[in-house]
Amino acid sequence: MSEIVKEPSMLLQKEMIARNYEAITSKHETGRKVSSTFVPGNLNELLLCFDIVNNLPEINAIQNGMRKLSGNYIMDAEKAGHSEDVCTYVKADIGMMGAGNIAPNGKPFPKPDVLLLSYTGCYTFMKWFELLREEYKCPTLMLHVPYEGDGHSTKNMRDYIVKQLKEVIIPGLEEVSGIKFDIDRLREALRNSAKAEDNLVWVLESGKHKPSPIDAYFGGVYYIGPIFTAFRGTRDAIAYYDALRKEVQARIETRQGPITPDGSNFNDQRYRLIVEGPPNWTNFREFWKMFSDEGAVVVASSYTKVGGMYDLGFRHDADNPLETLADYCLGCYTNRNLPTRVDILAKYIEEYEADGLLINSIKSCNSFSAGQLMIMNEVERRTGKPGAFIETDLVDPRYFSAANVKNRLESYFQMIEQKRLGTAKAA
Amino acid sequence: MTSTAEIVSRCEAIFEDLDFTAARAWKDAVPGRKVVGFLPLYAPLELIHAAGCLPLGLFGGGDKLEVIHGDAFYQSYICRIPRSTVELGMTRRLDFVDGMIFPFVCDVIRNLSGMWKIMFPNVWTKFFDTPQNFDPEIGGSYYVAELQEMREGLEALTGRKISDDDLRRSIALYNENRRLVRQLYAFRARQPWKAPTSEVYLLMRAGLMMDVAEHNALLVGYMAAAEKEDRPKRDNVRVAIYGSFCEQPPLNLIKSIEMAGCYVVEDDYILVNRFLTEDVALDIDPLQALAAAYIGHSVETSCKYVPREGEKGKFHVDQIRKAGAEGVIYATPSFCDPALLDRPMICKKLTEEGIPHISFKYAENSGQMQPVREQAGTFADSIKLWS
Ligand code: SF4
Ligand code: SF4
Repeated sequence: MSEIVKEPSMLLQKEMIARNYEAITSKHETGRKVSSTFVPGNLNELLLCFDIVNNLPEINAIQNGMRKLSGNYIMDAEKAGHSEDVCTYVKADIGMMGAGNIAPNGKPFPKPDVLLLSYTGCYTFMKWFELLREEYKCPTLMLHVPYEGDGHSTKNMRDYIVKQLKEVIIPGLEEVSGIKFDIDRLREALRNSAKAEDNLVWVLESGKHKPSPIDAYFGGVYYIGPIFTAFRGTRDAIAYYDALRKEVQARIETRQGPITPDGSNFNDQRYRLIVEGPPNWTNFREFWKMFSDEGAVVVASSYTKVGGMYDLGFRHDADNPLETLADYCLGCYTNRNLPTRVDILAKYIEEYEADGLLINSIKSCNSFSAGQLMIMNEVERRTGKPGAFIETDLVDPRYFSAANVKNRLESYFQMIEQKRLGTAKAA
Repeated sequence: MTSTAEIVSRCEAIFEDLDFTAARAWKDAVPGRKVVGFLPLYAPLELIHAAGCLPLGLFGGGDKLEVIHGDAFYQSYICRIPRSTVELGMTRRLDFVDGMIFPFVCDVIRNLSGMWKIMFPNVWTKFFDTPQNFDPEIGGSYYVAELQEMREGLEALTGRKISDDDLRRSIALYNENRRLVRQLYAFRARQPWKAPTSEVYLLMRAGLMMDVAEHNALLVGYMAAAEKEDRPKRDNVRVAIYGSFCEQPPLNLIKSIEMAGCYVVEDDYILVNRFLTEDVALDIDPLQALAAAYIGHSVETSCKYVPREGEKGKFHVDQIRKAGAEGVIYATPSFCDPALLDRPMICKKLTEEGIPHISFKYAENSGQMQPVREQAGTFADSIKLWS
């Protein structure tokens, strides 16, 4: 299958990611330390203070999914005793280790110097790093982020996180890196983050235009790349989001849609959707095409909020450096309770004038998926807009049934049409 | 003296009654009484008790409940306990429950807590997040404040203050309960033919649905009766069961393992009343005491982080040795992330220690017992042959 046609910002990002993989795989030559950590609640600004390179196992699993490698890795992990029921990111990662642990640049991943377990919004993280720790025998620093079970954070939760940062995470990173913590360095990184975050929000909110100049799901996963990973807090990220904003601005001015997987401009936008849940990676292009072929553009998605809900107003705050890291971790999408998720999605439907909510329920991700049918019903009830439900997996190709997904989508679009006719008649 | 059969049959009736008649009767007996349900895995029952409420253990719907509504809430790849719990709620079987506590065990229960808030807005619903940092100064003080928040929540629910003395009285009763439970487990490990696991299990399940003082009396009665009864000792192998801390297997499955020639001498069914392994101190601030017990003396289980790699699975091995188990059955609910993600690590440790083990999955409504019987039987035979 041909590659996805790249927008200029995508090329820029590709180069950044390649550079980060190079930094990781060349650690023995450069002497830099490498951490593994997760996307939601990652503490990139803090890692920057210690010159630690950031490697993200979820991103590696995604890369392997898109390069069609994950299927075999998963099966290898299952043969080695891992259950067929658990998160396929974990098995893709473990299978990759068994197959030589080769990074996308063809070089072997070095052993991490530290596993920074920022435990935000997903139970699997905890066990995943226990599994990796067994393999790598390296220090593991655990930052426990409590779940916002009552729909908001409390002072106690925040204090708890700050205390862990002060007494566990920072001393631990000092020890691993041999570098003393400098709060001014952290402040500078936080200022950089906030600048990039402003532009990211601007881009994500451009989905309110008609036609939408972005696809906030299939394109969105690229837009969040730098800020959710190893670049938040860097000047690179600022430059990337400046460039991205200009790119999107140009499309708004010419009333152009985003680029489709085929490389044409997606101007004939018939359906505006909100999407909940992560995408499928093994058949990403095929999946995307099912939407764009039908004229369905995603104007907002929850997946682009897993690494921070900047559109709700949060910005990293250099004046409260540790507290802001705590607030960031607490506020990631899957760390919010179900009623809050319903509120957010219903609000998106209204604000982005969407036709409805589509849920891509991921087979092996309980953090996102458990309760999604209820989310769908609630959002439907509150907005009067139809919802639909499809099931795929992240990186396990065995659970992507193209015919099934296509059928469901087609009937969903018909449902939207009918709803429109009904509304028109009533008006 | 009451016989074990009588005690067990009383417990079985409570366990099987999905209308929760006994808990309803408790509530109706005194005007103003409130019932607070809690899900797996661990909740500080002392607080609920000190608030004057009945803590009601809710462990799914078992194999007697037909799930109709619950399935409309969950796609296929999710374990069964949340759907049968939703079913219990939707069919108004829990309409007498005034509060619900969803303790941290995994992402499914976490999300279920929010669903409950949406479905039953008039029920006080609390997600209870226990710390994963086990430093008394860090995780401990966080936990004290969380307990305080729960205390205030319960006070608002009941309209009455929970004094430190109320709490200490409850802690004393639960200390007693834990001591008796440990005693019963030790008794079973010594003479498993006298206290079959299917009976011990029913005693635990029913115990989490009645007042603690009543359960204490029941435990004393059972042990006294079991000691006296003459039951034949079989040539069974001694096994430990792990992985079953949340969604519970059907009772028939528990019986099937015994029928296949295994004495279960150690298990992690339910766990609530064995979660804290030592007494909670009575001579300090009660919330501090509860926190200290959780931080310093609680079991290792899949919903907890194990800070040091070398410690992983050690707890299980020690328990196995203490109970004199010869092998381990790692039995998990299908789609259970905590148990299944932990399984390779625990089983690796067992292999290193030379402890034979097998594993299988179940659901609370599993009907087919033949495969379980065969697997457990073959496992028992292999232990007899080779050890
Ligand atoms: S369970 Fe979901 S949130 Fe957790 S690691 Fe897997 S995909 Fe990510
Ligand atoms: S059975 Fe396992 S996955 Fe299901 S709710 Fe319980 S702990 Fe979570």
